[in-house]
Amino acid sequence: MSNQVALTGNEVMAQAMRQINPDVVAAYPITPQTAMVQLFSQFVADGKVDTEYVTVESEHSAMSATVGASAAGSRAMTATAANGLALMWEVLYIASGTRLPIVMPVVNRALSGPINIHCDHSDAMGARDSGWIQFFAENGQEAYDNAIQAVRISEHEDVRLPSIVNLDGFIISHAVENLEILADEDVEEFVGDYQADNYLLNSEDPIAVGPLDLQDFYFEHKMQQAVAASNVKDVVLEVAKEYEEISGREYGLFEEYKLDDAEVAVVALGSTTGTAKAAVDNLREQGVKAGLLKIRLYRPFPAEEIANALKDLDAVAILDRADTFSTTGGPVYIDTRAALYDSDADLEVVNYVYGLGGRDIKVEEIESVFEDLQQIAETGNVEQKINYLGVRE
Amino acid sequence: MKLKEAAKKEERLTGGHRLCSGCGAGTVVRLVMRASDNPAVVGCSTGCLEVSTTIYPYTAWEDSFIHNAFENVAATISGVESAYRSLRNQGKMDEDFDFIAIGGDGGSYDIGFQSLSGAMERGHDMVYLCYDNGAYMNTGIQRSSATPKGANTTTSPAGEVIPGKQQYRKELTDIMAAHNIPYVAQASPFKPQDLMKKAKKAFETEGPAFLNVLAPCPRGWRSKAEEGIELTKIAADTCFWPLFEVENGEWKLNYNPKAKKPITDWLEPQGRFKHLFKPENEGLIEEIQEHVDERWETILHRCGEE
Repeated sequence: MSNQVALTGNEVMAQAMRQINPDVVAAYPITPQTAMVQLFSQFVADGKVDTEYVTVESEHSAMSATVGASAAGSRAMTATAANGLALMWEVLYIASGTRLPIVMPVVNRALSGPINIHCDHSDAMGARDSGWIQFFAENGQEAYDNAIQAVRISEHEDVRLPSIVNLDGFIISHAVENLEILADEDVEEFVGDYQADNYLLNSEDPIAVGPLDLQDFYFEHKMQQAVAASNVKDVVLEVAKEYEEISGREYGLFEEYKLDDAEVAVVALGSTTGTAKAAVDNLREQGVKAGLLKIRLYRPFPAEEIANALKDLDAVAILDRADTFSTTGGPVYIDTRAALYDSDADLEVVNYVYGLGGRDIKVEEIESVFEDLQQIAETGNVEQKINYLGVRE
Repeated sequence: MKLKEAAKKEERLTGGHRLCSGCGAGTVVRLVMRASDNPAVVGCSTGCLEVSTTIYPYTAWEDSFIHNAFENVAATISGVESAYRSLRNQGKMDEDFDFIAIGGDGGSYDIGFQSLSGAMERGHDMVYLCYDNGAYMNTGIQRSSATPKGANTTTSPAGEVIPGKQQYRKELTDIMAAHNIPYVAQASPFKPQDLMKKAKKAFETEGPAFLNVLAPCPRGWRSKAEEGIELTKIAADTCFWPLFEVENGEWKLNYNPKAKKPITDWLEPQGRFKHLFKPENEGLIEEIQEHVDERWETILHRCGEE
């Protein structure tokens, strides 16, 4: 039995955390994540969860305590945003390298400086090579669904890697949405009891976590981590199938929106994909064969599948809500171009960096991207590969 | 705790670890762990003790051990302790455990200070042990805020113009006492019974306990490996490293030297202070003596020993 509710993104993520009922949550408040941990601490105060809530003094300690709690053998979560995620950076690698199945909502916000509290993906993109699985969501419903599935994916014996569940700051975290949450008992059953194989709180079989790992073993352990990452895709699909049975909602590695017969398309992640759908619909009405590829699983990157989905297009634009300052484009653009290099695709790929620091992106702007793509498709000429959309020059 | 009785207890940190000859950290940890009556989860910040006791695939620890990073052992163990409390409250675990986070002065006074302060303030049922050897010894003797004034280290070298470290050491034990946690103690390995007694109190304390223990480092102190423990006695006899405890806010002096020795007794046997004995640095030794005297008066006053 699921419930129809009107909640903000932060509220529904707090509900997901309540239903997951982790043994430990160690978190530090940061805009725009604050409401999530405030609500969750209320659940703790009201005895609605079994969680020990650790009110750490920083995000570095949040991730450190979460690592300790997870290594101890408990199910542990935290949540953060922006500079908080950046402060965790060192320990992110320790969490994934130690193979701890931590799940962490990240409410995407621009990284300082200059300081800005609004949405972009520079925080998540800074963690893209940290060994964490990363999911992106179009709306609160997807963020909620991703959070619950992430528990199973991270804890899967073929994976054992931590997950970041991204949701766009303010646009998703603070907007009220009509959505469906599952019954508590369905989530309880779906995530199940967590039992680690090797853990600190086992006096019968004590272990050493995080020993000095030198030239003769470090590489093998990193290789095991790489193998685990390569297992993620299959597990994501397997868990999605099971989740569909209890939720009726279908999930894949990405969503193809009117992409089947499309000639031009955009690739995007996060809330902008909703705006892009409106643009696609408008263009379809005008007879333009427009489509969208919405990435759900960003790390590990489903390169082959994405290349396969894009290969028959004439031109594609990659929308990036973060820059790399490498002068070679945004992170999703770089990933997608690399993915296409090995396919037999013959299409132009261009990049639009947009929405930094919460700059609004409008339907008309995405339509203008489609106009550019049509031009490219007709002429075969690309004037500029890397573009900045919606910025004053 | 009687020494005879303590000696019969099983080693929790076994031989075969790779700490240097004469290193105080191993001695201190073995004495502290003898006071633990439960299985423990031991956390170590990055540092000498960590790199020398768990080199994959080996460990010198009989208990479960976790190393996370340099500055976060207190936060890490607070996570472990929270997991324990959660599982225990849910009826998923009924065994007693001890939780101990260990850091050097780098991991405790400096880079791990925030994490330590946070964990103590939150009231986790854990012991924090700082083995203070007065510099970042693991990376090659760089100064820390625990380095004594005048010491020659690789980042506060005694040069033509600057005679070693310019600042007095930070009194971390006092700062921990100011957290108003139930138990804080400063100890030294030359008084093993006192150290073990304090460790026992720390483990038995409900809530956070902090131990600051002087640990000789022959490499960094430029002293003889076989004289380390004797040096820690001189540290107490010169009142450079007083032994005291703060139990529920009550300060108590644990060692009052019969005859207070001059600070030169502490400085002379250590090569790191050699330059202080040059004629041009005479005033510096006087300053250091004055500082030690003032500090000792403060401790006596706090402990009601005047």
